[in-house]
Amino acid sequence: MKSRYLPLAATTAIFLIAYALCYAQFPAMLSTRVIGNLLTDNAFLGIAAVGMTFVILSGGIDLSIGSVIAFTTVFIAVVLANSSMHPLAVFALALVITTLFGATMGAIIHYLEMPPFIVTLAGMFLARGMAFVLSTDSIPIAHEFYSVLQSLYWRMPGGGRLTLIGGLMLLVFLIGMVLAHRTRFGANVYALGGGVATARLMGVSVGHTTICIYALSGLLAGLSGIVFSLYTTAGYSLAAVGVELDAIAAVVIGGTLLTGGSGFVAGTLLGILIMGLIQTYIIFDGTLSSWWTKIVIGVLLFVFIFLQKGILWATSRNAAALENAHGR
Amino acid sequence: MNAETLGAVRRFLPQIVALFAILAINTAVFPGFLDITVQNDRFYGSLIDILNRGAPVALLAIGMTLVIATKGIDLSVGAVMAICGAVAASGVAGGGSVAMAVTTALVVGVACGAWNGMLVAMLGIQPIVATLILMVAGRGIAQLITEGVILTFNNEGLAFFGSGSIFALPVPVLLWIGMGVLVAFVVRRTALGLLIEAIGVNRRAATLSGVNSHVLLITVYMISGLCAAIAGVIAAADIRGADANNAGLWLELDAILAVVIGGTSLLGGRFTLLGSLIGAMIIQSINTGILSSGFPPEFNLIIKAVIILLILVIQSPALRTFVVFWRGPKEEVFDKEQSAP
Repeated sequence: MKSRYLPLAATTAIFLIAYALCYAQFPAMLSTRVIGNLLTDNAFLGIAAVGMTFVILSGGIDLSIGSVIAFTTVFIAVVLANSSMHPLAVFALALVITTLFGATMGAIIHYLEMPPFIVTLAGMFLARGMAFVLSTDSIPIAHEFYSVLQSLYWRMPGGGRLTLIGGLMLLVFLIGMVLAHRTRFGANVYALGGGVATARLMGVSVGHTTICIYALSGLLAGLSGIVFSLYTTAGYSLAAVGVELDAIAAVVIGGTLLTGGSGFVAGTLLGILIMGLIQTYIIFDGTLSSWWTKIVIGVLLFVFIFLQKGILWATSRNAAALENAHGR
Repeated sequence: MNAETLGAVRRFLPQIVALFAILAINTAVFPGFLDITVQNDRFYGSLIDILNRGAPVALLAIGMTLVIATKGIDLSVGAVMAICGAVAASGVAGGGSVAMAVTTALVVGVACGAWNGMLVAMLGIQPIVATLILMVAGRGIAQLITEGVILTFNNEGLAFFGSGSIFALPVPVLLWIGMGVLVAFVVRRTALGLLIEAIGVNRRAATLSGVNSHVLLITVYMISGLCAAIAGVIAAADIRGADANNAGLWLELDAILAVVIGGTSLLGGRFTLLGSLIGAMIIQSINTGILSSGFPPEFNLIIKAVIILLILVIQSPALRTFVVFWRGPKEEVFDKEQSAP
């Protein structure tokens, strides 16, 4: 097996083993009801994590997504409360704003040659601050269109519900996979993650790609904010604090190399599901406290980073051995 | 004024001007801002308050400066603060002595730093990733220690670290100034500072020229852990309780910001502890100013974001190239570049 598939294989194995262990203890875990809830509860995180996957594949990082989600929910709630605009128009407006926001960060990163970490940190403060300026209260959303959207679901065999937002997450993952593995943009992202200088020599338009990557991350963070507002039926400027960390953790657990250039969008979906599974298990168990989630995710992060280091070390040793043999 | 002080003043001129400008604005908006009164043998006033409230960020910034100088970053300091605050609080709540509780907290902080350092130095993991592990898991561990509640205590000895005063100055102020002087003395009066900068500029070259980069890196992260532990004890002592969820929340970002404002580059190498401490005070002056002037606190984050962006634009390599190009390749420009350190 090629070594680049190894992290993905490890993630899949861990997910299957974990699910099997959960199933052995609580047979109800395999019902479509639990699976449907797993998808619905993690929909906003999953959508944001797809954007994060692209950013990390390109060797960057985006710390602003949690704040952008909060800004989107507040923006939607405030506009809906103060005007007669249709929610769909408000959604479109919100997506345009967040995409432009992401594109601006990408442009700053590229043209001013500044580290993504600090630029998106400024973006994080800015987006959260904008949300605070719009409103510091939690604003309920009482538009009838919201109840229509919330009542949309597909009843799976076994009584589980695949809700609109759960299905939307799966659709975003599907589009993300096609975009990453079947388009020129995807190839450019991987090339950028492999090294900016080599990508430029290969003829990749570095500036254009960087701006597109952060614009995509902004767009998906905005979409995630829409999903979050559907999920909670409210806009709150303190919502979704720390989501960027959960998204990064999901991407790493999904087997994507944090140095960029190697990984799969599908792995991120597995990462999201593993994190959701830990939470579901804790709820099923009833005696474990919620903080075990954080500790287990921390341990998983360590295991995967350690595994990736091992693979990198092994492949570089193989390459060195090949080179030596060739030289002689 | 001798040449050395003059050089320091000239070097930190942008930071000092920024600090005084913010204090001047505060005084204009809020008369009486600069008043310092003495009550119960202790100084009171907004200026003292800035020094006191800025203690956690200033302490974190000291460790963060050294870590950033090695081309690293320590995201876990906020979580380490929560862990150490919880350890100290549970120590005195369990009936232990204050000295024992504080010592345990400091040891735990250093151990957290050693863990980060080992991941970075021995396993060669990127610092941002290595410290992310403890950032995520740390709050869980802190909640494990406090058992999910805000662990309050009623121990005057431990509370002294937050609200006590020596020589009319609050203890937190003395702690961060003392720690800053101590670390600055150790790194600047020995070769350690130079070796840390060497690792930051090029770790491989430093190792090849005989710098023990493993030990030095681990030590730097341990110092960062120690600073976070002291900050955690102060934060817990201040509210007489350990809040695993909120103690030190997002302070790692403020600390990084303080270091960047102070003039240390995130790309490693040259560092300045004094600059970072001035940076921490600038951040706290903005916070206190916004709070005391009655300006809505909502604008706090936006103002911070704008300030970061401005400073980053000034520091950015692209702009420097542009300026050099614009002025033409005059020798003067290169002289300035080289004489800056």
